[in-house]
Amino acid sequence: MTDAGTPLAIALTNCAKTFADGTKALEPLDLAIHAGETVVFLGPSGCGKTTTLRIIAGLEEPDAGGKVLFDGVDVTHLPIEQRNVGMVFQSYALFPNMTVAGNIGYGLKIRKVADAQVKARVSEMLAMMQITKLADRRIDQLSGGQRQRVALARAIAVRPRALLLDEPLTALDAKLRDTLRLEIDSLLRSLGITAIYVTHDQAEAMALGDRIVVMEHGRVAQIGKPREIYQRPATRFVAEFIGTMNRLTGAVKNGVFTCKAGSLAWSEAPANTTEILFRPEDIRVAEGHETTGLQGKVAAAFFLGDRTRLFVEVGEAQPLVIESTARRDFSHGDAVGLAIDPRGLLVL
Amino acid sequence: MRHEVRRLILLLLPAGIVFAAFFLLPMARLFLIGGSGKMGWAAYTAILTDDLYLSSLVSTFAVAAATTAATLVISGISGVFLQRHKFPGNAALVAMLTFPLAFPGVVIGFMVIMLAGRQGLIGQVTQALTGEKLVFAYTIAGLFMGYVYFSIPRTILTVMAAAEKLDPKLEEAARSLGASPWHVLRDVIIPGLKPAFISAGAICFATAVGAFGTAFTLAAKINVLPMVIYTEFTLSANIAMAAALSFVLGIVTWLVLAVARTAAGSSVAAAG
Ligand SMILES: Nc1ncnc2c1ncn2[C@@H]1O[C@H](COP(=O)(O)OP(=O)(O)OP(=O)(O)O)[C@@H](O)[C@H]1O
Ligand SMILES: [Mg+2]
Repeated sequence: MTDAGTPLAIALTNCAKTFADGTKALEPLDLAIHAGETVVFLGPSGCGKTTTLRIIAGLEEPDAGGKVLFDGVDVTHLPIEQRNVGMVFQSYALFPNMTVAGNIGYGLKIRKVADAQVKARVSEMLAMMQITKLADRRIDQLSGGQRQRVALARAIAVRPRALLLDEPLTALDAKLRDTLRLEIDSLLRSLGITAIYVTHDQAEAMALGDRIVVMEHGRVAQIGKPREIYQRPATRFVAEFIGTMNRLTGAVKNGVFTCKAGSLAWSEAPANTTEILFRPEDIRVAEGHETTGLQGKVAAAFFLGDRTRLFVEVGEAQPLVIESTARRDFSHGDAVGLAIDPRGLLVL
Repeated sequence: MRHEVRRLILLLLPAGIVFAAFFLLPMARLFLIGGSGKMGWAAYTAILTDDLYLSSLVSTFAVAAATTAATLVISGISGVFLQRHKFPGNAALVAMLTFPLAFPGVVIGFMVIMLAGRQGLIGQVTQALTGEKLVFAYTIAGLFMGYVYFSIPRTILTVMAAAEKLDPKLEEAARSLGASPWHVLRDVIIPGLKPAFISAGAICFATAVGAFGTAFTLAAKINVLPMVIYTEFTLSANIAMAAALSFVLGIVTWLVLAVARTAAGSSVAAAG
């Protein structure tokens, strides 16, 4: 059996992908994935996440000039069966002609591992995924969550050098998704394996990724830790794709930003700022008789229990979104003063 | 509960009537006629004791089994290939592969003669190469060739339809686990095509058992059941014997198909 100890470092250099029908799925792309980290590919549908993952897996070859390196070794032309990477698909892709145990042990059988060892490893995996009772079930007798557990166990059983997961939870309902996401997270951490996780769900990306690669139209828009991506998005696309962004348009003069809703002192404002961006948690409704430079009118208020989500009209194209924890009622048309924490301001 | 049962009976009624009218009753009648001849019920034992009958029975099912096996192998490979590789002319080729279906058995027999008969292509080529003329059109081998030719089209079409439904992700999953192309074939593609193989194989087998036109055209040395039945019926006017043979032909075919289906079904369940 292959060595499970050292996780794999993966590098893509200059990897573009043009499909046979002329579709340009990826622009030339460079990417370095460190040994043992969990990297999440995040982006809207059709941005090339799956294609990149398939190039790493060995299911697609990059266009001429592109290279895939595993621990510095060129594997660009090595087919997937020789790369020893585990794959988990959205559709599970379990073998219908085998039982749960048969599925999990398949990779070991192919490697001609002795029966006793296969059995031992299969029971280990079954116990790890808490599906020991399902060992002899047929695949069509499993629920979606159970299938995904089997798929994970099958991929891990052979001790792959890296684990590649393409939207593994998308087919499951929200509650199960949360549970399994936690399980996958602790699984990846305990294995210490290099993992690449594709999703278009930003909450999933934030929760799982050591780093997130945000993709847009076959390009990498930004790579960074979840916090960096959220707080310091590199482009407007990233800023708007992840989380909610508020926007005010106006101009800066002498350290004061002025817009239709009023003005805001911001000493570090770049000179020719015409638009500022900030997250809902960086703006709040002024309390009592606190005076603020910005005013707006409540367009809609949704009481969510722990907070109220407000949409405040400030004369811009979009109302501002504010998460208010104030213990008061808001109703349509209320005039409110607004305070923004300058540390959360972004210019892109 | 009672209501359920009544509804079920009602729904099954049309099928039941057709089954009775076109299957059970004729078979029962055939069975009775088989025992009504000069020999009485001994007609049935004669099938097993008489050399001519027994050997024709054996060779009929042997050639049908061989035809089914050869057809499944050839069509399996070409069906998957044609479905996977779209090249210019693919559609035309598939359409062309289908046309033997339109030929009556006589025409197929004639084609076998043109290929493997005394003046046939194979004969001429082998004579030029070895000095011996290879002629097998009028033997069981010729019949086998004709049946395979006739069975390939529908089997290929069935396989292609099934191959289209195979989930490519299954193959990718197997490969990611280290499966070679051969492993993928054995563990993913063939199991995936199994239902298609079973149904196409059953049709192929049953058709080969009963095919008459081809056997009739190639008549010379061939002794298969449909020919024997024909001879008993028309030449010897031994209607009882013909009926007995027909009954046995039907029953054995049914048995073989039922056994094959059960075996295939249980091997699916035991494959884990
Ligand atoms: N085999 C193919 N042939 C042609 N074009 C393809 C092929 N596979 C993908 N594409 C195209 O390449 C682009 C990127 O596809 P990809 O599957 O990588 O997107 P994705 O980011 O995974 O999207 P999703 O979130 O919907 O899965 C898309 O425009 C897609 O239509
Ligand atoms: Mg995808």
